Amino acid sequence: MTLKTTRRTLLAGAAATGALALPGSRLLATEQVKAGWVYVGPIGDHGWTYTHDQGRLDVEKALGDKVVTTYVENVAEGPDAERVIRQLAASGNDIIFATSFGFMNPVIRVAKQFPKVKFEHATGYKTAPNVAVYNARFHEGRTVIGTIAGRLSKSGIVGYIASFPIPEVVMGINAFTLAMRKRRPDAQIKVVWVNSWYDPGKEADAAKALIDQGADIITQHTDSPAPLQVAEERGVSGFGQASDMRKFAPNAQLTAIVDHWGPYYVERVKAVLEGTWKSHIIWHGLKEGMVQIAPYGPRVPEEVRAEADAVKQGIIDGTLHPFAGPIRDQAGELRVPEGQSLSDEELLKMDWYVEGVQA
Amino acid sequence: MDPIVATTVSVISAATPLLLAANGELVAEKAGVLNLGVEGMMLVGAVSGFAVTLITGSATLGILAAASAGALLALLFGLLTLGLMANQVATGLALTIFGVGVSSLVGAGFVGTPVERLPRLDIPGLSDLPVLGPLLFGHDALVYLSVAMVALTAWFLGRTRAGMILRACGENDEAAHALGYPVIAVRFAAVLFGGVMSGLAGAFLSLSYTPMWVEAMTAGRGWIALALVVFAAWRPWRLLIGAYLFGGVTILQLHAQGLGLFAVPSQVLSMLPYLATILVLTLIAAGSGRRRLDAPACLGRPFRPPA
Repeated sequence: MTLKTTRRTLLAGAAATGALALPGSRLLATEQVKAGWVYVGPIGDHGWTYTHDQGRLDVEKALGDKVVTTYVENVAEGPDAERVIRQLAASGNDIIFATSFGFMNPVIRVAKQFPKVKFEHATGYKTAPNVAVYNARFHEGRTVIGTIAGRLSKSGIVGYIASFPIPEVVMGINAFTLAMRKRRPDAQIKVVWVNSWYDPGKEADAAKALIDQGADIITQHTDSPAPLQVAEERGVSGFGQASDMRKFAPNAQLTAIVDHWGPYYVERVKAVLEGTWKSHIIWHGLKEGMVQIAPYGPRVPEEVRAEADAVKQGIIDGTLHPFAGPIRDQAGELRVPEGQSLSDEELLKMDWYVEGVQA
Repeated sequence: MDPIVATTVSVISAATPLLLAANGELVAEKAGVLNLGVEGMMLVGAVSGFAVTLITGSATLGILAAASAGALLALLFGLLTLGLMANQVATGLALTIFGVGVSSLVGAGFVGTPVERLPRLDIPGLSDLPVLGPLLFGHDALVYLSVAMVALTAWFLGRTRAGMILRACGENDEAAHALGYPVIAVRFAAVLFGGVMSGLAGAFLSLSYTPMWVEAMTAGRGWIALALVVFAAWRPWRLLIGAYLFGGVTILQLHAQGLGLFAVPSQVLSMLPYLATILVLTLIAAGSGRRRLDAPACLGRPFRPPA
């Protein structure tokens, strides 16, 4: 059961909230949970927000009539977000998922006013007794696709379409570069910033520019399938982002890094149902299945598949660390000596590029 | 393909949607109507063009659907602002918000489906010429149309009697009315033309530039088109220069980043097209006499025929 809400109807419904909160509704809370999602973009972006909404649908599928879900899309990060989150809390939701970094402070403020409501914030770092934080190790996926690129690139030049220079994106560029240069030490990663998470036209233009400059593999940290579509047309290869984008590039997509939020959402809503919910801060990756690798495309030969699978298994087993030393930065200075690796804290603050990145 | 030629081809496709939408808006503004709903009309055009092309398999029908959808939204705008005298700025903004919403609703079922790119009109022999072939020949129909429409608009506004009447409605509506010209009807026609052109710009985005439908895929291009009209000082040929300049700077900054040419932050490079707009506006505004900014005198002003 879904209640689709826009900001406007949510406000209109606020007046009725008092009437709805009948004394009996508290008693039912353990038999039926109301869960709300706050999205930063449209669910039709085929990227970030789309994958979170798939997770919401998984919750509905798994828990059936034990759950009522609501979502509000296109919520701007800022004062608007606080109002939307407060409304969701006031209208009887038991658990609220806020799925963008910029919702962090609004969530913390609203959580103080609604101590009985559970809050879950994606990609942040502030917690409270009723606020949990969850994030995914997207860079682990980039280690796997970097491995594939290192084996399949002929020119040794990869075009990387990037959004904003924040640690998460820098971490991804570095993980990809390290994995690729392990197979192909002379590889060059050309980074082009489009300064947007989502502008299909500009992403496509960036892909064209990079291909014109000799890149024969394109990868991206932006949300639309446009770069892959260009790759397909120009006869080069690429990787899907956030969701499997095979339909846009049946030949060109080598694989895709897929965000898979469903199991986590099901687990957390279930915990509310059973009364076992606790605040935590988690950063899940390939091991927990929050980050997945899509099926390989037709251009990936058997031995490369095996190698990529081995890298993936290594990360899952903990025998392979994406940021294991020795790691040199762009200036050639040794940042991480052999035998050591970067800690999670260091990764979350990453503001330097490894050797081989051209940005 | 030679990298310089390839870059120029990218510039042409980046400039085309801006040129189409801005050309339509220019005509509407020349008649005295400020329609801020370009972004909304483009989105509705993009989703209609995509949906019809996907369902019928005919790109021609898709383009016609896009033009009609843009016109339909423009019709709504015309009824509100010209018929009911609603405020043009507020109505235009509402039209954009409406367009974003309705295109997402209609397009919800089409997300994640690719469509065949608009066919290139190859001319045997000419398209295979070394440099000139890919530059001048072998684009799709909408690219040629965008340039042809500039020529047509320039001719219409500057050389024909009907064009002069349209300009008169924008410069002095009361005088035009006193002379017996149907001001409201002329403005309605200009607004509809604007809708058709915005719809076509949307179709170019979803059928040629990036042949797919994703929500809000215009990413602000409607607003850039509005700025271009001012940038061009309401002159069609300057619009052509403006659109290609804008497209050119956008593409070149991406190339410069890939080549690692400048040691400037990428954010500065992303600002370049907008800086260029501000610079030209300042230069135009600072000039004297004929070079000054000459907006149509009745732009944005509602007209009620005296009883």
